Amino acid sequence: MPMITELGHFTLILAFMVSIVQAVVPLIGAHKRLPGWMAVAEPAATTQFVLVAASFAALTYAFVVSDFSVQLVYANSHSEKPMLYKISGVWGNHEGSLLLWVFILALFGAMAAWFGDNLPPTLRARVLGVQASVGAAFYAFILFTSNPFLRLNVVPMNGQDLNPLLQDPGLAFHPPFLYLGYVGLSICFSFAVAALIEGRVDAAWGRWVRPWTLISWVFLTIGIALGSWWAYYELGWGGFWFWDPVENASFMPWLFAAALLHSAIVVEKRESLKSWTILLAIMAFSFSLIGTFIVRSGVLTSVHAFATDPERGVFILGILVFFTGGALTLFAGRASVMEAKGVFGVVSRESALVANNILLAVASLVVFVGTMWPLVAEMAFARKLSVGPPFFNMAFTPFMVLLGLLLPVGAMLSWKRGRADKVLRQLAPALILSLALAGLVWSMQTGRTMLGPVGVFLGAWLVSGSIIDLIAKTGRNRDLSRLFRLPRAEWGKAVAHGGLGITMLGIAGLMAWEEERVLVAQIDEPFTVGQFDFVLKGVETVQGPNYVSDMAEVAVLRGGKEIVRVFPEKRNYPVQQMPTTEAAIDYRFLRDIYVVIGDAQNDGGYVMRIYIKPLANWIWAGCILMSLGGLLSLSDRRYRVAAGARKAAPIKGVPAE
Amino acid sequence: MTVLRLWISVLLIALAAPLAAVEPDEMLDDPLLEKRARHISDGLRCLVCQNESIDESNASLAKDLRILVRERLSEGDSDTEVVDYIVARYGEFVLLQPTTGGWNWVLWATGPIGFVLALLIAAGYLRARSKAPVKPVEGLSAEEQARLDEIMKG
Repeated sequence: MPMITELGHFTLILAFMVSIVQAVVPLIGAHKRLPGWMAVAEPAATTQFVLVAASFAALTYAFVVSDFSVQLVYANSHSEKPMLYKISGVWGNHEGSLLLWVFILALFGAMAAWFGDNLPPTLRARVLGVQASVGAAFYAFILFTSNPFLRLNVVPMNGQDLNPLLQDPGLAFHPPFLYLGYVGLSICFSFAVAALIEGRVDAAWGRWVRPWTLISWVFLTIGIALGSWWAYYELGWGGFWFWDPVENASFMPWLFAAALLHSAIVVEKRESLKSWTILLAIMAFSFSLIGTFIVRSGVLTSVHAFATDPERGVFILGILVFFTGGALTLFAGRASVMEAKGVFGVVSRESALVANNILLAVASLVVFVGTMWPLVAEMAFARKLSVGPPFFNMAFTPFMVLLGLLLPVGAMLSWKRGRADKVLRQLAPALILSLALAGLVWSMQTGRTMLGPVGVFLGAWLVSGSIIDLIAKTGRNRDLSRLFRLPRAEWGKAVAHGGLGITMLGIAGLMAWEEERVLVAQIDEPFTVGQFDFVLKGVETVQGPNYVSDMAEVAVLRGGKEIVRVFPEKRNYPVQQMPTTEAAIDYRFLRDIYVVIGDAQNDGGYVMRIYIKPLANWIWAGCILMSLGGLLSLSDRRYRVAAGARKAAPIKGVPAE
Repeated sequence: MTVLRLWISVLLIALAAPLAAVEPDEMLDDPLLEKRARHISDGLRCLVCQNESIDESNASLAKDLRILVRERLSEGDSDTEVVDYIVARYGEFVLLQPTTGGWNWVLWATGPIGFVLALLIAAGYLRARSKAPVKPVEGLSAEEQARLDEIMKG
């Protein structure tokens, strides 16, 4: 069916038109209080979604059937790719990924329309209008600079891309999750701008915004964790985070989303921090746009590449300047309208959440300046310099350590007026336990590094602090059966905070105690790394489906007993002329054993790299817990009630906090 | 595909050669000296790579630099002398940790200054909040009241 591609192109253009209508009519309607005009928003959002979905489906179809008359399919697919990677090829390129971007944007817009029954009509019209205006800008970007539906005049026999490295499940799902997170923040942005136009922010606004922030943050967490895990097992030396500009581009929105989901609690429960929360919502999405700009324009990898083909970069920069600049201008003019209601003392949950926001915002400022600095230095001072991991480790980490130290205390302070001494007394067992563990680790380790003990302290402090927080909620007589009747948000909070601790512990443990050995191993001659002995049993040539592999057999022993046998590979893909290393990783609870085989030497030995990676799994286990915590909070009944009010059971009182 | 695209280029470079990083034949016999060499190479950027240190990279230029570092160390240079030598030849672009010289102080001071400013603003805000008079809670608008009644009816 050769027409499907043209249909996809056509529905995309229609979606662009609909988005313009949806951006203009409801906003005017809300301004002039014309119910009929405002009512355009909901059906328009649904229509727009259906149209983009059709467009996305058309492109997916072209990839699935390998229609190489479409330029994009030709350049990014191959008829022999497995189906999963044909599909992931849809977003594995600039044009397709932007189509995914607008698809998700329209999806979120439609969801805001479907679940927005209980919003005041003017606010709803404005939210959908602003959302559509963001959509319109991106439709224009795609249609004018990055059209995925272009055809080739001469149809090639097969596609160009069968890159084996990218055929990996971790990498196939990493981008969609990141996009769900990035684009989810657009709803928060739309709510913020709509509230500024409306001139009104109240507890209900906080309650509407928080679930969108939570879900975006959960998606970002999963997306970042997937990318990091993929780097760990695929790149061949077990690095998990490189402070690369593209990583930072996804990390900054994550930090802002984390700040936003905390400050929205204050708006929701205490009607304070309103203008700050609005500002955060604007910043969170702006950083998503900045991330898109950084990656899509390539400006940070090569100023020259940007200068020779500036069209796309300038377009995104224009979108960024228009929306961020516009929203900030509106903010400057209207923020004073948002007067705070809640009164609270300097020692209170509110203040603790302010501290959380300061630390997260300053930390992302450091990441931002560090990421942009090479560009600034080159343009302003004609200095070509690098800002690499040592800078970020030094400048960023202190804020996270401080955050970890304060978190358990802040999480238990009462609203309005808290008492630090009371909270500290409750937390004393956690503090003693964590200090004892850190001391134990300090005395056991051989090196002089503080990183390990600090990581152990933070991990134990956050996990045990979260547990104590939950137990304290069971009331004076410690009736533990009440644990299961606590609101899900309480569980979400504890699980997510504990997860943060586990991730911090994993990162510190891995960085502090990693052991590595590079050597030429002879067959059947044992060697030792850390507490393990290794024997290279032999290397065989194995024929894979589309590669030839040198597969080594390595026995791992502890105390003379074999505990596992691993098979690292060095593959060669003859068609692509590409050798790859396939590390063998023995995943263990306390440490991973990471074995890499290298080149054969003249004397019959092989280069081998062995890494012992303590607590590596804990990094991603913590991320999973954080996401789970976010989902638990999202499923709290107060949001279920808010989302489906008409269907909900009669409301009982929500426990006061 | 945001992160992916650059990742791909990282990858292609990282995996273009069969094996990553330092090779056994480059390594020095003296373990202390070798440890210093590893530490120094960890902080030097591979000039032709994407945000990789010469210790991680397998580009031939990175290999040359690794050998150069070890040569200088074997000749008795201190760590700083080795780094200065490389910077003199290749420019400050090789330093993964930027210096504090010139305008770079802005980069390094961003965190501390931002933090102090944020604390001052927050302190002012918190003082105002703790002294603010308690406002009476506004009633619901007619619309909101109607909505509330609807919800309460279930």
